[in-house]
Amino acid sequence: MLTAADKKLIQQVWEKVLGHQEDFGAEALERMFITYPQTKTYFPHFDLHHGSDHIRGHGKKVVTALGNSVKSLDNLSQALSKLSNLHAYNLRVDPVNFKLLSQCFQVVLAVHLGNSYTPEVHAAFDKFLSAVAAVLAEKYR
Amino acid sequence: MVHWTAEEKQLIASVWSKVNVEECGAEALARLLIVYPWTQRFFASFGNLSSPTAIIGNPKVRAHGRKVLTSFGEAVKNLDNIKATYAKLSELHCEKLHVDPENFRLLGDILIIVLASHFARDFTPACQFAWQKLVSVVAHALARKYH
Repeated sequence: MLTAADKKLIQQVWEKVLGHQEDFGAEALERMFITYPQTKTYFPHFDLHHGSDHIRGHGKKVVTALGNSVKSLDNLSQALSKLSNLHAYNLRVDPVNFKLLSQCFQVVLAVHLGNSYTPEVHAAFDKFLSAVAAVLAEKYR
Repeated sequence: MVHWTAEEKQLIASVWSKVNVEECGAEALARLLIVYPWTQRFFASFGNLSSPTAIIGNPKVRAHGRKVLTSFGEAVKNLDNIKATYAKLSELHCEKLHVDPENFRLLGDILIIVLASHFARDFTPACQFAWQKLVSVVAHALARKYH
């Protein structure tokens, strides 16, 4: 459950992501494809070379969606409803992969924020990404 | 047996040579207890764990974190024999400590984030790959003797 304190920390961190959405998104995806090669199975149609337009475009898309979630922390289910449908009925990405992307996104934040990625921020953000993952998997069955 | 490429070994050794085991170990354990508070169940005797500040400043947490990461160093020194290296510790975690092996995976992921925050851009994707592989192998070795 996201507390009021968590929500504040998440919003503060997001201020630092703004302006870097495409970069952070692309880096998170790239780290995920390299660290967890099995995740590439969902992208046979992508050019997965470093810095590819596919990766940059998709990274931007993912981070934009996360940004919308940050604006709707009180109602993630509603804010992510369309994406939840998409993942359940079209994409059918196994939910275990949400955790892998979450780990990689947090690595990106740690790399770029250093000490600012404090234990409290880390806890709040991990909870946030878990909550997003739960909503995306909500309609799977 | 786990296969390590020369590049993976080099990436692991290079990062490890720059790690302050005491600081990094303390930070990793503190973050585990903060980010996944249910892990505090194993540390009832550690005293004040009531807030992130308390946890970070807790001398028992610091000492234990250092102990855990020092032990992790044994894996780095024995990459080709991690299973044997942790056989006794695996039995201990099962029979005496009763720790769910899922906790090894959680700590491994936390360690990666701590390394990323310290090494920043130097913690490249290739580095992350090698280290995620290492923490996964260690977690597996620690769970291996469970019965």
